This record gives sequence, C-alpha cells and structure tokens, in this order.
Amino acid sequence: MPKKSMTLITGFVSLVALMSFALKNEADFTKGTIHSAKKDSIESVKAFKDVYKVLMSPRCMNCHPAGDTPLQGDDSHPHSMLPQRGKDGKGIYTMKCANCHQATNLAGLNMPPGHPDWHLPPADMKMVFEGKTPQELAKQLVNPNTNGNKTLKQLLEHADDGLVKAGWNPGEGRTLPPISHAAFKKAWITWIENGAFAPSK
Amino acid sequence: MISLTINNKPYQLDIDPNTPLLWVLRDHLDLVGTKFGCGLAQCGACTVHLNGEAIRSCVTKVSRAEGQKVVTIEGLSDTGEHPVQKAWLELDVAQCGYCQTGQIMSAAVLLNQNKNPTDKDIDAAMSGNICRCGTYLRIREAIHLAAEIQQKNG
Repeated sequence: MPKKSMTLITGFVSLVALMSFALKNEADFTKGTIHSAKKDSIESVKAFKDVYKVLMSPRCMNCHPAGDTPLQGDDSHPHSMLPQRGKDGKGIYTMKCANCHQATNLAGLNMPPGHPDWHLPPADMKMVFEGKTPQELAKQLVNPNTNGNKTLKQLLEHADDGLVKAGWNPGEGRTLPPISHAAFKKAWITWIENGAFAPSK
Repeated sequence: MISLTINNKPYQLDIDPNTPLLWVLRDHLDLVGTKFGCGLAQCGACTVHLNGEAIRSCVTKVSRAEGQKVVTIEGLSDTGEHPVQKAWLELDVAQCGYCQTGQIMSAAVLLNQNKNPTDKDIDAAMSGNICRCGTYLRIREAIHLAAEIQQKNG
C-alpha cells in the first residue's frame, strides 16, 4: 500500500477513535457516570446512600422543592407567606429572600436563617430534590443539563459551597443533617471519584 | 459612628451596629410611621425600602443600611401624593391601620417593578404583609387603582 494512503487511513482511524472516546465520555456523564481513573460501582453506590440521606434532609431539600415555593421546618411544610422562586431563585417583587434572610443567622428560636447568597435554584434549572429516588437524584446531579451546568471539578467543589455548608449551621430550632459535613464531603467525593454511579432504584 | 441616609437626609449615629434598623428609626430618629408587629420578619408591619427593596426592618441590622438608601413611609412622597397613598385614601383601605404602613411600602415596591400587576401578581407580592382586620380585598383593589394613577401620571 502506498505510504500516502497508509497515512490517510491511520489518520482517519485515529479521528474515529478520538470521536468515539469523546462521545462515550459525554454519554457516560449524562447516564450518571463520570469517566475517572478508578471506577468502583459498589463503593460509589454505597457512598451515595449517605449523600442521598443528607440531600433529602430538610436542611437541603427545603430549598430544592418540587414546586416554586420553598419548604420550611423539619416537617418540610410550605414556607409561611408562600414566597415564590422567581427567575433567578431569589424571589419576586416585595418577596425577595434577602428581604428577611440576612447575611447571618438571627438569634432566637426559629428566626430566619441567614447567608449572604440565600436563594433557591433558578427557574430555568430547578434542581428539584423533593420526591426524587436515589437513582433519579444521582443522575440529575451528574448531568450538567440538570445540575446547574457543573463540571466534574465544580461538582466536587460544591461540597464546600457556602449555602451547602449553611445546612450544618441552620440556626436555633432546626435539626442538623443526619451526618456531619466532613462525613458528607467524604461520601460525596467517594461517590464521584468512584464513577458517580447511580443506584439501581 | 454609623452613616445613614434616610428619606434623602444624612444621619451620623453613635450606635451599636447590631441594633435593628426599626429601633433606630423609631427610637433614635423619631420616624414612628414604621410599626413594630412581630419582630420575627413574619408580618410585614415594619417594611421599609432599602435601595428600592421591601426589607423587614425589625430583623435588619442597622449596619446593613450603612451607606445605603433607606426610605420610610415618611419619605415615600413629600405630601402624600404617591399613587399608592392616593389610592389608599380614595378607597378607604385602612381599618385599624396598624399594618398599613407596611402594606403601602410593599405595594409601592410592587408597582415600581410591575406597572400593571394582575390579581395573581398582587397576591404573590403582598402575601408577606398580614392585615388582622382582613382588608386584603381593598388592598388589592387599591393597588389596581394606584397602577392606573401611576400610568396616568406617566
């Protein structure tokens, strides 16, 4: 075979291989798995059990409601005054989150908790936790189209996000998530670094 | 010292920065039009404008207002000619009147951000202002009227 044809064929084969690799990665990501150096579905799914317990606790789920009104309290009832999500997740008109929620928690039982960036997910990507099965939530979390456009790196870093950590400083009268933030972060990283596998259900 | 601008007037106050803004307005500046209702950000009686937003002054530390623009009911208009105030008088909205300062301040923010609100918009915007006398229907009607007045005024 002439040298020129060989070069062309080799180039074509390499291109196809590269394309299929890229497509595989993209497909894997949207299916709930992430290409990583180590993959251990058992370890990953086991870690996600702890992740799920935390995300479905009132401290996380109350601001990831199925509707457009945040939830409130340990029984996750609709927020009093029925504030609305709004486009950017920060409320509407006179009912903006920051009109009552200050930069820090207020002293006293069940007083409004605070954070400088208090908000719900935005209307164009609601990132609902309420009512999701472990499988549904795992798939949602790793898909950039449903996780707030987060890359793998950003997803890992999200464990230390200020609003996420605020769940462990909820103010008087509210229970903490079921495990410590350190234990949650460990489970979160373990889940992702072992392939971010989604549970079977 | 804390520097405040309230109703376009500058103030310098030697005060604990953790003091709620409502306390400063009422007890230090004698701006008593803004009312204390619950102290928990639950009723809306203490609503004032902070940079155009309807904040609850009972839970807002005065330090948050430092260097910002605060407007209270006393500064909403010079002589009561704000469209919301006109509509309130026209329809005799108030009954006991205690919550009305907060209602008016919230309604003014709504109309600033939505020139022609529907009933649904009004209900969503005013759901944080409680009226023990139950004047909600008159409040809604007055906000529609205020929107018309505002549009006529251009």
